Order: sequence, then structure tokens, then C-alpha cells
Amino acid sequence: MIVPMSHILIFSSILFLMGLACVLARRNLIMILIGVEIMLNAVGLTLVGASALWHQVDGQIFVIFLMAMTSAEVSISLAMVVYLQRRKGSINANAFDEMRG
Amino acid sequence: MDSILFYILAIAALAATLLCITRSNPVHAVIYLVNALFSLALIFYLLGAPLVAAWEVIIYAGAIMVLFLFIIMMLELAPAEERPGPGWRRWGPVLVLSLVLLGCTILLIAGDPGAAQGVTSYYASPRVFGYALFKKYALAVEVVSFQLLFAAVGAFYVGRHRPKRGTGKEEQ
Repeated sequence: MIVPMSHILIFSSILFLMGLACVLARRNLIMILIGVEIMLNAVGLTLVGASALWHQVDGQIFVIFLMAMTSAEVSISLAMVVYLQRRKGSINANAFDEMRG
Repeated sequence: MDSILFYILAIAALAATLLCITRSNPVHAVIYLVNALFSLALIFYLLGAPLVAAWEVIIYAGAIMVLFLFIIMMLELAPAEERPGPGWRRWGPVLVLSLVLLGCTILLIAGDPGAAQGVTSYYASPRVFGYALFKKYALAVEVVSFQLLFAAVGAFYVGRHRPKRGTGKEEQ
């Protein structure tokens, strides 16, 4: 036995909430994407912990799919960041408020 | 021994992540996040998933974070994007919300009798892993490959360079 499952769950929930706080508090688009990365990593940690808890391989395979999804998401969203930088000259999230009524 | 290592790595990952989300310079944040990812990879290895640990280092720390650095340096972002000054107006509500959510999560975990079970490391041999990945989840692998193709095409479409029209100065 390494650790109780509850410690893994608490560790990954702290990581997830740090990522959520980064998404909510920061105004830089790059930092918002980094927060999303932190949250996805916390989910991956939970999956690997569950895989070790039940001695099934499925959790580890889901982490592989999660990584593929993350790389797709990052490539699209960084292309969007480059596009928005070209369009507005800024990557501050407050600069994109054209739809504010 | 393994449990002590787990707690040391967990504290290292949490500290690196905390430093990452509070940096004002995105380059420093990315470097701290790479540290946190290395700690997480070691935790995956301790839990018995060496393949996932290797891919965490190769894909996350090696590819995705370098892509972030590349974009940051290509855009030539100013180091001080955010206004200096007391950050409590921004961080205060977020901190309260996060602590409330964390407290509720910990209460839920503490009330669950199954959560006190010990986790033993489960090493999936490459044979077991490969059979599960390419037989049980073969359809999902195909779907993921399509998803990566669409992501590449979409990134190319969004990021292509268009000369400005209507401003009178066409770039060649």
C-alpha cells in the first residue's frame, strides 16, 4: 500500500482548484490556458489513482486519451491566441468586450 | 518509503503550481508548470503507470509546454501584462470560492467509507496495456486520430496569415 485513496483525491482536488483559480483570476489568455492545463492534469491524476485502486488498466488508457485531447485543444487554442493577437494587438481578456451591450 | 516519496512529490507539485499561477511573467509560469509536471510524472510512476509517466514528460513537458513557450516568444509578450498593485480585488473572491469548493470536496471525501482504502501500485504490463488499448478501445483510438487531424487542420485555418484588406496597404 502506498497511500490512502482519499489523499490522492484531496491532492488532485487542490490541483484542480488551483487551475480553476488561475482561470478565474488571471486576465492573460496564455495564463488562462495554463490554468486549463493544470485542471486536466489533476483529472489525469485522479484517473491513474483509480486505475491503481481497482487494479484495472482502463484508467491509464483514459489518461492517454486525455493527453491526445489536450494536445488537440492546445493547438487550436494557441492558434486562436495568435489570431486574436493579430486582430487586437493584445491578449488581455478584457480587450475582447465588443459584444458588451 | 513509497508513501514518503508520494507526499514529498505532492508538496513539490503543489508548490510549483502555486508559484505558476501567481507569476506575472508567462515564461516563468510555464517553467514552474514544467516542474509541477515532472513531479506529477514521478507520482504516476509511483502509482505503477510508467508508460503514462513517460508520456507525461514527453507530451506535456516536452511538446505542449514548448509550444506555449514558442507562442509566448513569437508574440513578444510584455513581461508585465497585469497592473501592479494589490491583487486582492482579483484574487479575493476567487480564493473564497476555491476554499469553499475545497472544503466541500474534503467533507465529501471524508464521509465516504470507500475513500479510506489503501492504493497499491498497479503495474500494467505493456502486453495488457496494448491489448486493452488496441482491442477494447480500438474505436476510441480511431476517433482520437480523427480529432487530432481536425485539430491540425483547424489550427492551420485559424492561424493562416491573411493580408489586411481595406486599409490601403496590401502586404505582399
